[in-house]
Amino acid sequence: MTEANLIKIGMADMNVGIGGTLLRTTGLGSCVGLTLHDAERQIAGMAHIMLPSSEIAREGKLNLAKYADTAVPELIDRLARIGADPRRLVAKLAGGAQMFAFAGGSDSMRIGPRNVESTKHALALRSIPVIAEDTGGNYGRTIELDCRSGIVSIRSVQHGVKEI
Amino acid sequence: MNMFSQDADFKMDVLREVGNIGAGNAATALSRLLDKPVDMAVPKVNLLPFERIAEQVGGSEAVIVAIFLRMEGDAPGNMFFLISREQARHLLQGLLGIDAAADGDYSELELSALCEIGNILAGSYLSALADLTGLYMSPTVPSIAVDMAGAILSYGLLQFGTMGDDALLIDTTFLHGSQESEGHFFLIPDPDSFEKLFRALGVPI
Repeated sequence: MTEANLIKIGMADMNVGIGGTLLRTTGLGSCVGLTLHDAERQIAGMAHIMLPSSEIAREGKLNLAKYADTAVPELIDRLARIGADPRRLVAKLAGGAQMFAFAGGSDSMRIGPRNVESTKHALALRSIPVIAEDTGGNYGRTIELDCRSGIVSIRSVQHGVKEI
Repeated sequence: MNMFSQDADFKMDVLREVGNIGAGNAATALSRLLDKPVDMAVPKVNLLPFERIAEQVGGSEAVIVAIFLRMEGDAPGNMFFLISREQARHLLQGLLGIDAAADGDYSELELSALCEIGNILAGSYLSALADLTGLYMSPTVPSIAVDMAGAILSYGLLQFGTMGDDALLIDTTFLHGSQESEGHFFLIPDPDSFEKLFRALGVPI
């Protein structure tokens, strides 16, 4: 068995892979891990989305991977560039947790659910179906995507490993 | 950040001193709580890429006990008190005589006790900061989580997230007694708060 090629994706970062490649991102809290997969071509991509909308950005050069509304189109484009068919892509989501419970929490404390909503909205605009998700809760997740099968394995401290 | 385009070294020194005074006060409070000496390292002040912030406490997937609160008022920001599970066990034992399991789940009482310890320490950090700057600072009710460092710390990076891919972190390590275990105070002022902090301390901007 050959050692699978593992690509690590940092916070507010994205990458794509083909065939036996594994894409991995660690410590998703309120951030959302988005995966897109073209089963026929065995091409897949992953983004570690941090914030719901680029409208709040005050940075000079926008980091497209950081915001849900910019990460979705950018990831689709990058997958199309290496041969994926955008019409065949299916999405899976993980993360979007609320790590800390605050009584009467402010809006920034609800960032996890907002990230999930916003990512789903951006996917709907491109007519990409969300076929599985493991979002919400109050715990962190590490996810790993197999670019061949599109299976996402999710690890958390409290709940062990599960696959979607 | 533009704020640091001039006199960056001097401004970093000022922030180091801010951390020193705040964490010094908190270390004293901890020492009183435990009735044991608590040592503290010189604070590290760094503008770090998001990825590297969790590395300060063992990496994105390392399981840590974190007490988090927002400081509100004139110069808002995020504050974390971070300890290992082993150290949380020592704290519970030393303070309350509770024998908590080293790795298992914490009971409501244990979580609430740890949260209160974090509250006291963060409160002493902030009151020293408020005295020093003359700014109004008020901590929110603290909240506790035991989870992956990356998942926890990303909460403190949201305000910096809109500005770029790094955050300015004032990190103070403290060690207590002969135990090798260390704890951290992370103070991450909101990007807009630096100007207010510097003005209040008479630092030319």
